Amino acid sequence: MRIALFVTCFNDALFPGTGRALVRILEDLGHQVTFPPDQTCCGQIHFNTGYRTEACRLLLRFLKVFEDAEVLVAPSASCVAMVREQYPELARDTGDGGLMSGVEAVASRTFELSEFLVGKLGVEDVGASFEGRVVLHPTCHSVRGIDVADAPERLLRAVKRLELAELPNALECCGFGGTFSVKNPDTSLAMLSDKIRDIQDSGADVVTAVDNSCLMHIAGGLRRMGLLGEDAGGIRTMHLAEILVSREGSLS
Amino acid sequence: MSRWKRPGAQPSGRPGSKHPSKQPLPTFPSSAPEALSDKQLRENLRHATRAIRAKRAEVVKEVSDWDELTLAARAIKEEALRGLDHYLSDLERAVVRSGGKVHWARDSAEANRIIGDLVGATGTAEVVKVKSITTDEIGLNDALAAKGISAVETDLAELIIQLASEGSSHFLVPAIHKNRTQIRDIFREHLGRPELTDEPEALAEAARVHLREKFLAAEVAISGANFAAADTGTVGVVESEGNGRMCLTLPRVLITLMGIEKVLPSFRDLETFLQLLPRSATGERMNPYTSLWTGVHPGDGPDEFHLVLLDNGRTEVLADPVGRQALHCIRCSACLNICPVYGRVGGHAYHATYPGPIGSILTPQLLGPGVHDSLPFASTLCGACWEVCPVRIEIPRVLLHLRGRAVEGSAGLGQVSGGSGGSGRSTRYGPTQERLIMRLLGLTFRSSNLYRWGLLLARKFLKRRTKDGWVVQLPGYGGGWTTGRDFPGLAEKTFREWWAERGKEDASPIGDQKGGPE
Repeated sequence: MRIALFVTCFNDALFPGTGRALVRILEDLGHQVTFPPDQTCCGQIHFNTGYRTEACRLLLRFLKVFEDAEVLVAPSASCVAMVREQYPELARDTGDGGLMSGVEAVASRTFELSEFLVGKLGVEDVGASFEGRVVLHPTCHSVRGIDVADAPERLLRAVKRLELAELPNALECCGFGGTFSVKNPDTSLAMLSDKIRDIQDSGADVVTAVDNSCLMHIAGGLRRMGLLGEDAGGIRTMHLAEILVSREGSLS
Repeated sequence: MSRWKRPGAQPSGRPGSKHPSKQPLPTFPSSAPEALSDKQLRENLRHATRAIRAKRAEVVKEVSDWDELTLAARAIKEEALRGLDHYLSDLERAVVRSGGKVHWARDSAEANRIIGDLVGATGTAEVVKVKSITTDEIGLNDALAAKGISAVETDLAELIIQLASEGSSHFLVPAIHKNRTQIRDIFREHLGRPELTDEPEALAEAARVHLREKFLAAEVAISGANFAAADTGTVGVVESEGNGRMCLTLPRVLITLMGIEKVLPSFRDLETFLQLLPRSATGERMNPYTSLWTGVHPGDGPDEFHLVLLDNGRTEVLADPVGRQALHCIRCSACLNICPVYGRVGGHAYHATYPGPIGSILTPQLLGPGVHDSLPFASTLCGACWEVCPVRIEIPRVLLHLRGRAVEGSAGLGQVSGGSGGSGRSTRYGPTQERLIMRLLGLTFRSSNLYRWGLLLARKFLKRRTKDGWVVQLPGYGGGWTTGRDFPGLAEKTFREWWAERGKEDASPIGDQKGGPE
């Protein structure tokens, strides 16, 4: 299959390793990966903060960049949710029928990595092997936004040597919420500190998720508390894709 | 602590309304820190919301057709709102036919005047009240007090906060922010019972003794309404303590204040809602008391029944095709109990009669733009509220809709796309720096070249602030992040830079960059 990578601006600039891992996973499965170079941002940050006009401009741009793509895969549930859940809403607001059908077409071809692997390709074991006690933070957009169900967990269970820990209060938000984290920092931090306590209680040394935004939030909090790191007692954050490209416990 | 005081009537902020007071209320972010720093409050909230949440989940699981019930409830509410005009007329006719009187109130002031006059006509100086959020919305107790009439709350939790001169922090459990030791202290001080212990039985007994006298002496009772059936004129209140039943049956005059959105097309619809409400609200299969009454009956219950139908901004909410679903709410409070924001901050920081997720979409709409614009932003959009809502209100969708309205006004996006969806948007809400950043980001994202340049600049800007790969202090708008979190520095090499280099090294189809359009 020819797969267009929708890497997302966030991963492009802050977590390029996740994009690289995604390329490796899909290529190893025998697929052809393309990267439409004109892609920038889907407009989620604007839309979620109320700047709909700007979000709509970025929507138009996104459609142009990806209109020929057979299938789009992204390492971010929240950006996929933007395309699948919010674009139709925005398009409706324009009253432009052509745009609405354009959005429907692209939205139906856009997938988050874990749901794509498990749901579309029927793959659970990608041949990964990872040394560590890992806990999955099921991000809100992956669970309640696009509903990836247990795809991330299935993929993790198939990783050799990986020990999957149980996260207490797993379904509770980590407090990120995009610009919520800067507009309501106190509440956001109260939520984060509870999430970090739950992660500690899980006994894991790696937290993983299908959204680097939430992981960045958790890592930022861990680091401020002096808990981030590979030393004994330290906790690391890793996108699911980066675990899935691991071989024998070392990131290749 | 002034913040904890009962807020009184909320301002009517609708443009063109009779009271166009556009006074903005304190914002959520400015009010949250005080609540968050109150350890006792955090602990009380955590304990209470988690307990109710677990109970709810348990009893909802038992109902095999729960999803169908919620769909039915949504459909009924949609129908009720679609035909609101004739359902309300039907309701009025049915109530009058069975001996009741119906009054129409455009806003808080009218409702307060109507109820004040009705109570005044009886000459009584004290009324008993069934817990009613709608009477909080209009600030009825204060309005009555101004006429020399004292309103006694008879719901245990309402009584607690009334004695403590505080406002409610939860629809259903107004004193959810208090533990029993705090309640004992309030009763010791205000009920003249210095010997009281904090045993729940002792506290309930003290309230019971205090209230029993009030019930027996009361001439007038005031209630809210959970539902009213348009076809029969039957009004209903569900409750747990029996205080409602006392109020609804003992006094000679009963006055019920009801928001117009509470009307149901038919008595049969109760079947759906009486299954959904108790399980969603208190996690009970059935609430202990369900009182239904139709007009008046000689020798049974009150001699006089007045139904006051309140608009107070509701018809304008109805005009918004996305936002109107907030009017489906049956006040079960499941969304409050599940919300991670409410669960940590509590209700007071919302400065609203309706707190929590539903309050964040209902309050700004009822008050109109410019009064409480920070509320739709008081959410991480985690969607937990939407998942538990028994009438399927798409709370995250409405939050996003209202954020757009707050920032850009309510016009459509036709100009952007060339479609027909309206025009003319002016920025309203949002800090100047945020607007600037969003503008700059938007500009940068419009071209991949500008985007690359923007990244270079951002990298330069952050590099000076980055140590060991992390930024510990961001300036301005980003400072909110670094109050308690570090921020990762930008990558040395972006994904697209890596991809471009890889394409040069690797001529295989895997490195093919011609996948996308120009």
